[in-house]
Amino acid sequence: MAAAGLLGAVATLASRRLLCAPPGAARGRAAVLGPARRFGASARAWRSSEDKVTVHFINRDGDKLTAEGKIGDSLLDVVVDSNLDIDGFGACEGTLACSTCHLIFEDQIFKKLDAVTDEEMDMLDLAYGLTETSRLGCQICLKKFMNNMTVRVPEAVADVRQSIDMSKNS
Amino acid sequence: MGASGGWRGASALRCLRPAGLAGRAWGHGAPWGWAWVGWIPCLLTFLLVSCPGFKRPLSTSERVPRICIVGSGPAGFYTAQHLLKHHKLARVDIYEKLPVPFGLVRFGVAPDHPEVKNVINTFTQTAQSDRCSYYGNVTVGKDVTVEELQQAYHAVVLSYGAEDNRILGIPGENLSGVYSARAFVGWYNGLPENRDLKPDLSSKTVLVLGQGNVALDVARILLTPLDLLRKTDITEGSLAAIASSKVKRVWLVGRRGPLQVAFTIKELREMVNLPGARPILDPADFAGLRDAIKDVPRPRKRLTELMIKTALEKPGEKEAKIWASATREWGLKFLRSPLEILPTADGKRARGIRMAVTRLEGSGESATAVPTGEVEELECGLILSSIGYRSLPLGSSVPFDRKHGIIPNHLGRVQGVPGLYCSGWVKRGPTGVIITTMNDSFDTAQSVLEDLQAGMLNVSNTKEGFESVRSILQSRGVHPVSFSDWEKIDAAEVARGQLAGKPREKIVDPQEMLQLIGLAPFHSVSLKGKTLYSVLFFKPNERK
Repeated sequence: MAAAGLLGAVATLASRRLLCAPPGAARGRAAVLGPARRFGASARAWRSSEDKVTVHFINRDGDKLTAEGKIGDSLLDVVVDSNLDIDGFGACEGTLACSTCHLIFEDQIFKKLDAVTDEEMDMLDLAYGLTETSRLGCQICLKKFMNNMTVRVPEAVADVRQSIDMSKNS
Repeated sequence: MGASGGWRGASALRCLRPAGLAGRAWGHGAPWGWAWVGWIPCLLTFLLVSCPGFKRPLSTSERVPRICIVGSGPAGFYTAQHLLKHHKLARVDIYEKLPVPFGLVRFGVAPDHPEVKNVINTFTQTAQSDRCSYYGNVTVGKDVTVEELQQAYHAVVLSYGAEDNRILGIPGENLSGVYSARAFVGWYNGLPENRDLKPDLSSKTVLVLGQGNVALDVARILLTPLDLLRKTDITEGSLAAIASSKVKRVWLVGRRGPLQVAFTIKELREMVNLPGARPILDPADFAGLRDAIKDVPRPRKRLTELMIKTALEKPGEKEAKIWASATREWGLKFLRSPLEILPTADGKRARGIRMAVTRLEGSGESATAVPTGEVEELECGLILSSIGYRSLPLGSSVPFDRKHGIIPNHLGRVQGVPGLYCSGWVKRGPTGVIITTMNDSFDTAQSVLEDLQAGMLNVSNTKEGFESVRSILQSRGVHPVSFSDWEKIDAAEVARGQLAGKPREKIVDPQEMLQLIGLAPFHSVSLKGKTLYSVLFFKPNERK
């Protein structure tokens, strides 16, 4: 539909993606804004499934969302590209200026993640529900060992009311 | 639903997903896990509407809730986003006093923090939803009253923020050379009401009263090398003034100690790494602090550690290099409470400040500063008070807690006024970062949805929304600015910025904005306005 097409175009223009740097490289916000990486259908077709990593997200309501990304994609990319329904995720679009893509990792995965930068720690300090195994999704790039890992979206709200969704039935 | 399918196919940024196109969530099975189990009628409706070919039965539950939001800052837009996403019929109208949207994202966020402004992309998606409308240039309380809005809408959400600042309440506060940091920020960010501030930057030393992020923002803008500022969306007028600034040193003064500073670590780190500037921290202020922070929460601990490191440790290679060649400096002064702004001999301008030396009673966040009796004077020609923003009451029909500067509410429901809600700073006070306002606004939207579901908002009583407000505005000679009007202003600003090698050149005169979109008479077009027109309609590659 026309409206959706327009919105899609705007979003494509607006999308500023984090290019994942190799381990050890500085991943501060200076390195952040690369052009959107997009693959056409043909590129998708020949891309080996070996490049794919499956990630499970436990959403705030306990729902499990499963998505696939390719090696090198950030977890923010995965959420965006798969259009996962996580409220308010990635408000600053991966520029290390907010903590809305905060995710909680399993211990054994967390230990294997690349070292965290001071700048990421600074933003994590402002995250809701911070844990010992918290990271920002925009800073974590998919690697083979992450296949089938489960990450948890922290509870964002202070009050414990059940959320209401009247978008499905009213 | 074609719209949602198209959106999904676009594979666009998740966070930019238009709030209005919420139909995509069918597949996640979310309804079953929640309070819906056992809610048979809705379940049936769900099944019916999810099967193609079935026409949805009309019922009272199909009435369209009309909701209006007062204020188009982050609180307003995040509230709208949540409402539109989680209610498939609700229509949301956002009213804004200024012609242009986004509140403090445009007028508060520092020009050298463009990343934070990315939230505008999401807000734009919300505004472009076909169930959302934007009406700028409408001052609620003056052009239309809250009561009139309550007549026109099922629910009214007040998200108008904190448009004033707390005052010092000391002699000399009104001298020339003394400004609120709020006004100073408004000036360099192009807030119309502050465009003529013309702060005197001829003083070598500046004193900022307050140790929050706004205080660090103004200090950073005063000290940042011009070449860096030039690439931001700082207004051309303020850039020119800062270009001839004589400011070399900025003090940030707090009544309490290093463990009570209100700024966050990101902003402090920026200062430590600021090109061309060096920190001046008194080691005595930080001695012995390491022990004191052993058991404090992580954010405070890391923040204090960075101050201690900067003050006491030998700088790293990068910092050492910056600091050695620095021509400007900044410092934190603790345990000082302002007593009086000292005037020049002619009594017209500020020349310095007298402060009481304080000591702490108690510890941690709740420690209070009490005067020791000792007094200190400091010479400075520019004093910026950055001791907090302040919300103002909105007419007699809206309750207001003057002591806390907020609208009294429970989870966003305004006390004693059914159908009236609030979110953002006017709900909880002027603190927090973007995620705080986001969560807080989602909470308020949640309250509205709960009340809709519980039948506490009578939607069977059809409301006209903007249709009835339109005639009120017409009768009062008020011309609202639409979101597509804003997009024209936006395009003009971006085009003007392009010529100057910056992301945008903000238009600071509301009349000029209105002229641009044909809402103000042309005969008063200023020279500046003409320049703007030529910029708007000229194609950049024609000039080369």
